[in-house]
Amino acid sequence: MSGMVQQLCKVQSCDEVAAKTFLLRFTSSEISASAQPGQFVNVLAAETGEGPLLRRPFSIARVDDNIVELLFHAIGTGTILLSRKRPGETIDVLGPLGQSFHVDADYGTALIVAGGIGVAPFPFLTADLLKRGKRIETFVGYRNAGQILTSYLQNIHIATDDSSKGFHGNVVQLFEPFLDRTDLGKAKIFACGPTVMLKALTELAKRKNICCEVSLEGHMACGVGLCQGCPVERTGDGAKYALVCKDGPIFLTTDIIL
Amino acid sequence: MAAPIKNKVKTSFTLRGVEFKNRVFVASGTFGYGDEVRTLVDVSRLGGIFTKSLSWKPRAGNPPQRIVETASGMLNSIGLANIGVHTFIEQKLPYLRALDTRIIANIAASSLQEYCDILGLLEEQEGIAAYEINVSCPNVKEGGLNFGTDCSMTGKITASLRKLTHKALIIKLTPNVTHISEFARAVEAEGADAVSVINTLIGMAIDIKTRKPKLSTVTGGLSGPAIKPVALAKVYEVAKSVKIPIFGIGGIASAEDAIEFLLAGATAVQVGTMNFVDPAISVKIADGLATYAREHGISDMGTLVGALDADLKFSVLQSWL
Repeated sequence: MSGMVQQLCKVQSCDEVAAKTFLLRFTSSEISASAQPGQFVNVLAAETGEGPLLRRPFSIARVDDNIVELLFHAIGTGTILLSRKRPGETIDVLGPLGQSFHVDADYGTALIVAGGIGVAPFPFLTADLLKRGKRIETFVGYRNAGQILTSYLQNIHIATDDSSKGFHGNVVQLFEPFLDRTDLGKAKIFACGPTVMLKALTELAKRKNICCEVSLEGHMACGVGLCQGCPVERTGDGAKYALVCKDGPIFLTTDIIL
Repeated sequence: MAAPIKNKVKTSFTLRGVEFKNRVFVASGTFGYGDEVRTLVDVSRLGGIFTKSLSWKPRAGNPPQRIVETASGMLNSIGLANIGVHTFIEQKLPYLRALDTRIIANIAASSLQEYCDILGLLEEQEGIAAYEINVSCPNVKEGGLNFGTDCSMTGKITASLRKLTHKALIIKLTPNVTHISEFARAVEAEGADAVSVINTLIGMAIDIKTRKPKLSTVTGGLSGPAIKPVALAKVYEVAKSVKIPIFGIGGIASAEDAIEFLLAGATAVQVGTMNFVDPAISVKIADGLATYAREHGISDMGTLVGALDADLKFSVLQSWL
């Protein structure tokens, strides 16, 4: 993990950009310089005793000059505390952590599939893919129209569970027919979202013989491999588990069992 | 005007003839094999690194979920996931050996023979300063009962390992017993050089939506600041019962916490769970201890060990004023 730092970073802004969904921007010339799409940071919102004990891991949503952006749902004590950060306040950030998406592989079309807040790593990935001249098609699924986030994404296809916008149904149901009717050439799937969605995609990618890389979430304490708290089962021989924090959070679906 | 001369504080201590330069250590299982956070922590400032528990064969560990955060603490059920002693010797020890700090190998096993085999193999290696024995493992031969909750078994492990090494033998005691001091006395009688007090407390958390336990193994080990008062009381209990040194462990998050442990009777402290929150916290604690010593005119940190003022009348009076 070259480039990993632990530092107090100044919050530039923190705004609610969709229902219970916040965009937090903080300054770090070190993290912004070394971060790669798919990597994450482990954030401590408050001093010991003033909030949850452990850090919270967040995908890096985007890097803009020396600013790093995080997208998250404020749903628990830690994320709610973080959502209340005001410009000028600091957060303790450890990162960038983990492995990045493999963007340089042999494919012409990038198929991004996101469920809910699983959209978080994709603005960053999209910027990188654009630089590489890849065609990008993005599929996002949400519970309802109030949760939709599409900033910095390309060629967006929307699904909502309640039909308040776009396709009525889940994002995999929207994605599969698109695969069937579109000539994509050699494609690669990049996905992040609930486990049930990633399982369905794993199955679909296998059936269609498309390479699929996913970003996993895991309960972890340290984010760097010290605690061994975030195992994911591996396929094949060798060690039974990989760690989401260190070996991931990005995995090929053929390498893991969800 | 010349700058004031900083008082030199003696931070070192000796265990079985080996000098440890500081009384602050990182606890087993909370610092990996020392290489994960090498860019963030100056380990040369520490007394030493207690390695992740080593078993004879690699252990995959438990399925997820292995970790749950609780009030001021966390539950873990890692299942002693580790690379095994052979891989440790090949891949990790060369790196650890080169560090400017002491390496204490933590050993975990599921039979008495396995403890002996692991220690025997490590005895042939260079660069290990001492051993810490994790007795909080299921004893496979005795129906999976925890070694560490069986006083005679804990003593037997100590006696067997004592015969195999001249290096310091530190037994890490579990608090999940009625009287931890009995266990401390048993291992002292069998030749242990020190005890580590305490390992995690058994705990549990339930998801009320699914009615399922939050850990895959139902119960797990509670650690972090939540257990500090318990740990402190156990250190105090053990300190009154044995003469061998104590490594105090349990939720240490600051220099103030570490000082409390020294006053209660710990010769040194191990920082555990807080390494997950701040990988550099152990060095900050070592710095804080030195600052405290200088501010209080203490020239040797050792004078704090067991220096609790137990004059209760005075304490009560002071808290009322």
